[in-house]
Amino acid sequence: MPTICDVTHEHIIDVKNFSFYYAGVDTPNLKKINMPIGKGAVTALIGPSGCGKTTLLRCFNRMHDLYPGNRYEGEILFDGHNILDKNEDLIKLRTRIGMIFQKPTPFPMSIFDNVAYGLRLQGLKNKNELSDRVEQALKDAALWKEVGSRLKSPGTALSGGQQQRLCIARAIAVEPEVLLFDEPTSALDPISTQAIEELITKLKEKVTIIIVTHNMQQAARVSDYTAFMYLGDLIELGVTEELFITPKEEMTEQYITGKFG
Amino acid sequence: MTLQNRRILINKTVMVLSTAAAIGGIIFLFWILAVLLFKGFAALNFDIFMYDMAPPGREPSGLRNALVGQLMLVVGASAIGVPAGVLAGTYLSEYGGKKSRLARFIRDISDIMMSTPSIVIGAFVYAVLVAPFGHFSGWAGIAALAIMMIPIVLRTTDDMLQLVPGSLREAAIALGAPKYKVIIQVVYRGAKTGMLTGILLSIARIAGETAPLLFTSFSNNFYSTDLNQPIASLTVTMYNYATSPYEEWIDQGWAAALILALFVLGANIIGRIIIRKREGEH
Repeated sequence: MPTICDVTHEHIIDVKNFSFYYAGVDTPNLKKINMPIGKGAVTALIGPSGCGKTTLLRCFNRMHDLYPGNRYEGEILFDGHNILDKNEDLIKLRTRIGMIFQKPTPFPMSIFDNVAYGLRLQGLKNKNELSDRVEQALKDAALWKEVGSRLKSPGTALSGGQQQRLCIARAIAVEPEVLLFDEPTSALDPISTQAIEELITKLKEKVTIIIVTHNMQQAARVSDYTAFMYLGDLIELGVTEELFITPKEEMTEQYITGKFG
Repeated sequence: MTLQNRRILINKTVMVLSTAAAIGGIIFLFWILAVLLFKGFAALNFDIFMYDMAPPGREPSGLRNALVGQLMLVVGASAIGVPAGVLAGTYLSEYGGKKSRLARFIRDISDIMMSTPSIVIGAFVYAVLVAPFGHFSGWAGIAALAIMMIPIVLRTTDDMLQLVPGSLREAAIALGAPKYKVIIQVVYRGAKTGMLTGILLSIARIAGETAPLLFTSFSNNFYSTDLNQPIASLTVTMYNYATSPYEEWIDQGWAAALILALFVLGANIIGRIIIRKREGEH
């Protein structure tokens, strides 16, 4: 049985007895996971490659539905409501739970249109309101100073770190309640990485954050809670300082001290 | 002879042979172009664009009806072939995917269609759209050219859409975009230069076809924009004029060849400029 700490934050998401099967595979990739996510906190998912942390992350916005044959079992309660329900409105779910990918994914359009994309999808047409919201999102993503004067230039022309902050601006423009980060800095240089980490710490005032990372120092720096996963099992969920200093599970200790992984 | 000398000799022989082959190919290309430019420009004059085809000896005569007919055939074929090809390519890339059996079958069939001799397509359209109505028509010509165009547009669209990274689609979907908006607003945008190039090259390709038109739109000595009737085209006129015994017709045939070559060249150059511009962006 995994060790699960007491999440003192209000639970915005509750994963209950949750298993996930990839198409055509009989053994589950995630095995009966139980895990609360604290509202307004940063929860980091760590573990060696193939442990299922990205797979779990992509369940929260049901990204796996894009590829036929994938199967969920159990419950993921978001605000007390099971998002795995067959009738779940995925478009609405994805506006409430946003995602930042490993590689920056600017759309082939201007910086402004990139950030306005989600807002326009929601039917916002008023030009003044659009530009206000775009400006605010770029400021929140700490990008306004660098691009405020050239909103019409293509988003793909920015540097890697700027592109990733552009994607963050695009995601927070629609004011999601939860943001999923899938190794957001693994393709970036140390300075851009630092900028993104500072941003994550700032963003948690407004949104709940779940971040997958390969970098244990990063998890220690940015997160309030850390979940260690191994081969599809959740081994330990703890308050970050406690998990890194006094892990309850032997396997967690072995991993964070570099004995495997 | 030492081993090293032998190697140097073989090396030089291969270089000389391959260079000679390359020059040989280029010589023929320039020869054709030189003859075309020389004879074409000699025959080109304003009358060509102002007057219709006329019997030998009657002045003034030109190719106006063939130019208009050619334009109508190409525009008509594009109006059918481009949307059909783009939509089918979209299905293959966005809905069928790499693994789908139906998508793979359609890809194979379209590859076969692309290498089908154009005269076979002409004969097919003759059997379906000409013989039952008892007369040649512009519509039949348009159908034949459109059939040739679809597989070309389909394959380039498919290839170009598949070059758009999957992460871009996922990013749009993660923002709550429905699939059709992801395709139109993100995927098409990412692939637009490649798709446009494919379309231009397919237009250039069908603009030069004679065989499928011989059986379908045939030709017309008079100015006509009625697609229910036979309609003149530059390619068929070229064929008719070049095989005639009359000198002025042969000259006008050269003029038609030049106009056609310039059009195809123009479409190719525009296509290449777009490709280069796209490569410059990355």
